[in-house]
Amino acid sequence: MTAGAERPEAPLKVVVAKPGLDGHDRGAKVVARALRDSGMEVVYTGIYQTPESILRAVVQEDADVLGLSSLSGAHLEYAKELGELLRANDRADVLFIVGGTVPPEDAEALNDYGVHAVFGPGTPTGELVDYIKANARRVGSA
Amino acid sequence: MDAMNEDARQWDERVEAWEHERVSADYERVPRRKKEFTTLSGAPVKDIYTPADLRHFSPGADLGLPGEYPYTRGVHATMYRGRPWTIRQVAGFGQAEDTNNRYKYLLKTGQTGLSTDFDLPTLLGYDSDHEVYRREVGRIGVAIDTVVDMHALFDGIPLDEISTSLTINPSAAVLLAMYRVVADERGIPGHALNGTTQNDILKEYIAQNEFIFPPLPSVELVVDTMEYGADVMPRFNPLNVCGYHIRDAGATAVEEVGLTMSNALCYLEHAAARGIDPDRLAPRVSFFWDVHNNFFEEAAKLRAARRMWARLTRDRLGCKDPKSWLMRAHCQTAGVSLTAQQPYNNVARTAIQALAAILGGTQSLHTNSLDEALSIPSESAIKIAVRTQQIILHETGVADVVDPLGGSYYVESLTSQIEQEALELIERIDGIGGMIEAVESGYAGQLIADSAWEQQVKVESNESIVVGVNDYVDENETQDLEIDRPIPGVMERQMERLAEVKRSREQRRVIATLRAIEKAAPDLHHNLMPLIEDAVRARATVGEICDVLRGVWGHHQPSTVF
Repeated sequence: MTAGAERPEAPLKVVVAKPGLDGHDRGAKVVARALRDSGMEVVYTGIYQTPESILRAVVQEDADVLGLSSLSGAHLEYAKELGELLRANDRADVLFIVGGTVPPEDAEALNDYGVHAVFGPGTPTGELVDYIKANARRVGSA
Repeated sequence: MDAMNEDARQWDERVEAWEHERVSADYERVPRRKKEFTTLSGAPVKDIYTPADLRHFSPGADLGLPGEYPYTRGVHATMYRGRPWTIRQVAGFGQAEDTNNRYKYLLKTGQTGLSTDFDLPTLLGYDSDHEVYRREVGRIGVAIDTVVDMHALFDGIPLDEISTSLTINPSAAVLLAMYRVVADERGIPGHALNGTTQNDILKEYIAQNEFIFPPLPSVELVVDTMEYGADVMPRFNPLNVCGYHIRDAGATAVEEVGLTMSNALCYLEHAAARGIDPDRLAPRVSFFWDVHNNFFEEAAKLRAARRMWARLTRDRLGCKDPKSWLMRAHCQTAGVSLTAQQPYNNVARTAIQALAAILGGTQSLHTNSLDEALSIPSESAIKIAVRTQQIILHETGVADVVDPLGGSYYVESLTSQIEQEALELIERIDGIGGMIEAVESGYAGQLIADSAWEQQVKVESNESIVVGVNDYVDENETQDLEIDRPIPGVMERQMERLAEVKRSREQRRVIATLRAIEKAAPDLHHNLMPLIEDAVRARATVGEICDVLRGVWGHHQPSTVF
């Protein structure tokens, strides 16, 4: 069963979030705009978010996708905590993706924390859109 | 003048004939390799530039000689034939001792100035024991809580001999006071101090997004630091107005210049409204530019900015001291141009950008390291970046003549065009009521976000080629860089040190100095710097001082518009 079957017409809902004190949001805003232009409903949290406030946005918006953007080197800590919060609040069905300055060797640890995909600098937004369309609302299903 | 126009008219005719006879025939055989040629600002680039393009250009009034108004050719007469630009690589990570070691390494490689990156809690006025933000301690900069850390940061560094740039914004007033107190406690007089605090809060709201308080009290606090600098450390630049972050956030070169100059004017005009003579402050305002990929546009941008600032300070602000007219600049190669793909290509990008900065006449330069699309730089990557500057200085000969691009039809046209268009942007900002209004209404931020989006679209449609990213791509590229990793245990050690400082300081004195700030802060024209200096001397923390100001002035809410 997929959630998509229950609401076939509803556009995908994405929360784009900036955790912590990192203000570099050029990438987050470009991604938000590209996803909106592809037909998704996008909420950008703005900067200075805590894991708790990001979880709140995911729950309140009933999001299908959470995109976390980090250029401050603290992606492991924030992703770990968010992964735990999503599971603890029954939202492990959210497609959880991370972008920013993330060294490639961190991808494995991020996967362990519940991150489904990592998109580094230079990723074409089309690739991101395709990935989300192919994988959102399918998390955890066969 | 008539002879010049006559000459230009003849060139017009000649170019027209040339295009008719030769150019169109050549393009018929070999078509243009792009539909249209433009600068990164989107300005069309013609086949050729001739005297006809300089018909409104007066070499006497628009160019002059280096060291003379309007300084298009350089702020100093002899430029790099005397003193080379300062090689100033920014560094900061871990605890103060870690960064201090990096400084000593950089000085050993031949770097000639220091520059500090602070960690995010320090930048945003939080202490290292903050419940949420402590996980960012020492990550992308050095952790500073009290003047005790600042002493460790500059241990063994001769502050009266070397200039230091502090990359700090909303909490700059506190760090500036700390720098002064460190020197004072080491017996170095204020007038011997050279350097800069970045302290350009306006660009934070529209580009880099590191802010605490709302714009108006923040701007007045910047004015406080400028006045304090003029009083107690007269050779220090308390304000370094930044195009860098505006550009890296997506602005074009023209927008970078226009918005940055608007910001600079905003501070000085707020100072003037407090009755402070701009000639007391303007000589200590410096600038910081982003030097991006479009080579001639970037060199022209620096030349245009010098001419604009000379004219704006003299004619608009009424500055009479020639020192007020100088647009002295630090430049950094464009971080945003670095690619994570095929990262060694970044060495070539950075070298070419550095060359543009030097031909543009910068006073100091940071060259990015090849690994910075992935993390803060490793020591070996930084060394290549420093060596790049040394190769340009010693091996290429470009630094042996002043303003070698001067008189180029193309570069002079670009210089005038950037000046013209940036002035139009300044007029638009004036038209909506000035920079604070442009921040609060979202106008300036939206301008930058729109330009960023346009550039992204061009890359995705392959209209702009980024080598290694959307063309010349290595299939199955593997990463063989040694990436700098955070030092383990920094947060814990820094929290221990903070606790120790708090245990050993005189608590009553801390509270009294903080109360004095709280009492004075509601009057935005009351200079808070002497009070902040008192608190710093009492070993109050960055977080405590900023908390007091947060309590009085409140927070600026981040935007969720994209």
